[in-house]
Amino acid sequence: MSKFAKKKDGEVPAVSTASLPDIVFMLLFFFMTVTVMKDSSLKVENILPNASEIKKLEKKDRVIYIYVGKPTKEYEKVFGKEPKIQLNDKFSDPSEVGDYILMERAKKSQELQNVLTTSLKVDKNASMGLISDIKQELRKVNALKVNYTTYEGDAFRNLQ
Amino acid sequence: MARRAGAPEVSAGSMADIAFLLLIFFLVTTTIETDAGLDRMLPPWEPPTDEPPIIKQKNIFTVNINRNGQLLVEDEIVEITKLREKAVAFLDNGGAPSGDPDFCNYCKGTRDGSSSDNPTKAIISLKNDRETKYSTYITVQNELVGAYNDLRNREAMRLYKKNFVDMEAEYLNPETSDEVKEELKDKVKQIQELFPQKLSEAETSSD
Repeated sequence: MSKFAKKKDGEVPAVSTASLPDIVFMLLFFFMTVTVMKDSSLKVENILPNASEIKKLEKKDRVIYIYVGKPTKEYEKVFGKEPKIQLNDKFSDPSEVGDYILMERAKKSQELQNVLTTSLKVDKNASMGLISDIKQELRKVNALKVNYTTYEGDAFRNLQ
Repeated sequence: MARRAGAPEVSAGSMADIAFLLLIFFLVTTTIETDAGLDRMLPPWEPPTDEPPIIKQKNIFTVNINRNGQLLVEDEIVEITKLREKAVAFLDNGGAPSGDPDFCNYCKGTRDGSSSDNPTKAIISLKNDRETKYSTYITVQNELVGAYNDLRNREAMRLYKKNFVDMEAEYLNPETSDEVKEELKDKVKQIQELFPQKLSEAETSSD
């Protein structure tokens, strides 16, 4: 009898926190699956221009990125101040763009290879000469769908 | 002071802390942003083997950007803020007389005989210098795309009481159901045919 009496000590039982880790893990897995790791760190300054008539780039697996801008402070000494092209993690010449596109295209699955878009993330202070060179290279490898990636905003703010 | 018998339980209290730490790490290092921008098609590389089609000068709207970001539109210096207006006026002109096969029955322009015949014939030709700043180029592109969108919106409003840009966005959205997509496809296509985007870009000049 005394065995049962012992339990009624009068203390309120603590709320069980045993399921808290499960909830948090669920959240964790959710974020792990829906988000994408930043795959390349930027070595160029990349302040995009503004535009208002924009379309969203849906489906990240169909996009190839090309970054253009002038090298950031730490690379300035080696690569100078002129705008450069960054492909994956290294600086490149316009002539390497074609090979890069072909390589990236080969990595994608067969049915996606014809629907790829090239996203040009170009700093607003770059000059058009470099962009024209890239466009020529893209035309040579038949990567005709391009997206000039921009921020959403008033386009006239670019001119200031 | 009687102690309970059996092995002591391993405390799981800190498990939540560990999981939170991981969660916060992933929240900080990952991005969910979707990029957006101006979609463009480049012309194919292969030079056309046959004779280039003859295009009447009045159906071409030339835009030149120089290295200082100034615009020369149809041989006149134009402020960039006026570009959209000018482009709309050109595309919507509908200069062909009624009865002509090129007659445009939905145009609301001035029907000037010396400007474009029909929106389907009208071509905008964009040329820029190698020294032109990218931001200026994007602004010009934005205004030209905006001109097309303004006209397409007007026609979509008239025909379907809907905004064209919204219709297209809904059509391209992967979450839209197939039936809705199928229905939108024809409408979007029809509006696009009324005002096809004919934007040609010449090779850049180096001087």
